[in-house]
Amino acid sequence: MAWLHTWTGLVVGWVLYFVFMTGTAGYFDEEITRWMQPEAPLAATAAPFSSVEAVAKAQAILREKAPAADRWSIDPSWDRAERHWIISWANPPEPGAKDAASAGEDRPRNRRERLIFDPAAGDVHLPADMPEVRETDGGLGLYRLHYHLHYISEHSAILIVGFCTMLMFLAILSGVVTHKKIFKDFFTFRPGKGQRSWLDMHNIVSVTALPFFLMITYSGLIFFMYAYMPATMKVAYGVEHSWPNDGYSNPLNPRTNNRFDGARAAGGSRSEHMSEEPSAAPPAPLTNLASLAAEAERQWGEGAIGGISVLHPGRADARVTFIFLDNGLARNARKQILFDGVTGADISPPPFRQGTTWKVQNVLIALHEGLFAGPLLRWLYFLSGLLGCAMIATGLILWTIKRRQKQRGAGDSVSFRLVETLNIGTLAGLPLGVAAYFWANRLLPAAMEGRAAWEYHSLFAAMGAIFLAAVLIRPARRAWSYALWTVAAAFLLLPLLNAVTTDRHLAVTVPAGDWVLAGFDLTMLAFGATFAVAALKVRSKEATAPGRARPSGMAEVA
Amino acid sequence: MKADMQRRLAVTSRIIAGAVGGYALTSLIAIALLLVLQRLGMAKDEALLAPTLGSFVIYAVIVMTVFHARSATRAWLGLIGVSVPIALLVAILMQAGGGA
Repeated sequence: MAWLHTWTGLVVGWVLYFVFMTGTAGYFDEEITRWMQPEAPLAATAAPFSSVEAVAKAQAILREKAPAADRWSIDPSWDRAERHWIISWANPPEPGAKDAASAGEDRPRNRRERLIFDPAAGDVHLPADMPEVRETDGGLGLYRLHYHLHYISEHSAILIVGFCTMLMFLAILSGVVTHKKIFKDFFTFRPGKGQRSWLDMHNIVSVTALPFFLMITYSGLIFFMYAYMPATMKVAYGVEHSWPNDGYSNPLNPRTNNRFDGARAAGGSRSEHMSEEPSAAPPAPLTNLASLAAEAERQWGEGAIGGISVLHPGRADARVTFIFLDNGLARNARKQILFDGVTGADISPPPFRQGTTWKVQNVLIALHEGLFAGPLLRWLYFLSGLLGCAMIATGLILWTIKRRQKQRGAGDSVSFRLVETLNIGTLAGLPLGVAAYFWANRLLPAAMEGRAAWEYHSLFAAMGAIFLAAVLIRPARRAWSYALWTVAAAFLLLPLLNAVTTDRHLAVTVPAGDWVLAGFDLTMLAFGATFAVAALKVRSKEATAPGRARPSGMAEVA
Repeated sequence: MKADMQRRLAVTSRIIAGAVGGYALTSLIAIALLLVLQRLGMAKDEALLAPTLGSFVIYAVIVMTVFHARSATRAWLGLIGVSVPIALLVAILMQAGGGA
């Protein structure tokens, strides 16, 4: 069983390190995106506001600007780093346009208009008045790497990541079983003892966040389980993972399961309320949206309105749909409330039946995504993810150190050198790649064609450079030293680069109280400092053993 | 040298038993659970979801058992010994209708 732990860990360690690091960045995806779009305005300390009052103001604006519209939408921000709402409406097609529309497939849909709405101040801006931001995939791009990888098809990526995740799940379970003295060892740390220290560190890191690791690997398998375990679905519904519509209308998908069973579909579908046909009903005043918002907040909690859609405002058949800002862990299963737009009565269809297994699946997915997490818990997610990176890194280094001692005297075997090179290239190369992703964001011209793609290319090019260094520079300890210093410098200089290229740097963001932007720069400094300490440790060991024919590697680092 | 070769063969056999044999057995158990749960009156979508959610734990337990077994041969015998009755159960349930 110990054998199982060692080898499963080694085979997939590098991919998992990549998955863990990019996935961990995903917990701050929206914050990272804000930093990567420095053109966006500084977010002064957000004034608290009442959603109900904001909805009232939005209704007044829509009444004034879009009295003849066929549909209104009020969309609160789902983005933690963005407070503006969107107000939009669709005007009915112009009389002449109707014939043209029926003749060709080009439906007159371009009659939608939108405004940016500040829910606190209550004023609106034209989208054209907002500063144009540079093209970037931002934090979402990093987050997507953790299951979509890059340069390969999504389907292959899902299978590769799933395979590695399953082996990690095995490595964790067999690690626990192997480790009879797990709690005694947890309190054991023997620093400065080479292999012993690395083993202790691996144990401490692994056990500290063990519940998180178990949760994150198991729930990670659940997202695409139909791709990994297609047999049951084949038997039950006669379909495989390649269901039309690319998986989203899949019987196992928690978000769109209702079309497979009659009992679930009974409530009627969303498209029914979203008909594009203009209303023929007589005029009737629209009810007060603010009081409906108050009712929705009473059911869902404050700030839980994710969207409001008004169909046929000002007509007798007006319908108002409130959409729940779903954070995944809410007890309330109702995702929408449908109101009669004239009387204000709740005319929602009965909610879908949702059994225990669906709830289990929803909770697993919610725990993985952590959308419900407030600032404190979000940092805890982030730190747990970093501990995951540390667990994998210490495990991989431990593998080389154990074998390094056996290889003393003899030349390095090919497989040993391969593992060593992969360790340096990934463990130090990926952090450099992430830093390069941010550097590219500041250095590539803002108006450059395909600049988002080049941000990714920069990430992988930086990683490739470290791989090359790991191959060329001998002994491995020197390669480690160079690589770690480069990573440290890349992170430490990032706030400086930010100051040179933008006016969103610490000297501006800290006085302005914009802690999302300031927090990013400060976190980069902390990463830089951490890697500098690691690099210093490598060097000090090198200095204490000058000229001796000691084996290279990080063996005696700690 | 011969012993080394034998050891390698045994390890390879065990890996295949765990990865491939274990996966097949997991799928079989999940299908059996699906059919049994449906028989017991659980709605089809839930009867599908429950064993699929559980399958990863089942797989992990099977692989660990395979690696814990005294020899690769015993691991294979165990896998086959468990698979046969479950396959029979699945065949009977699907024959009796109520399957797909």
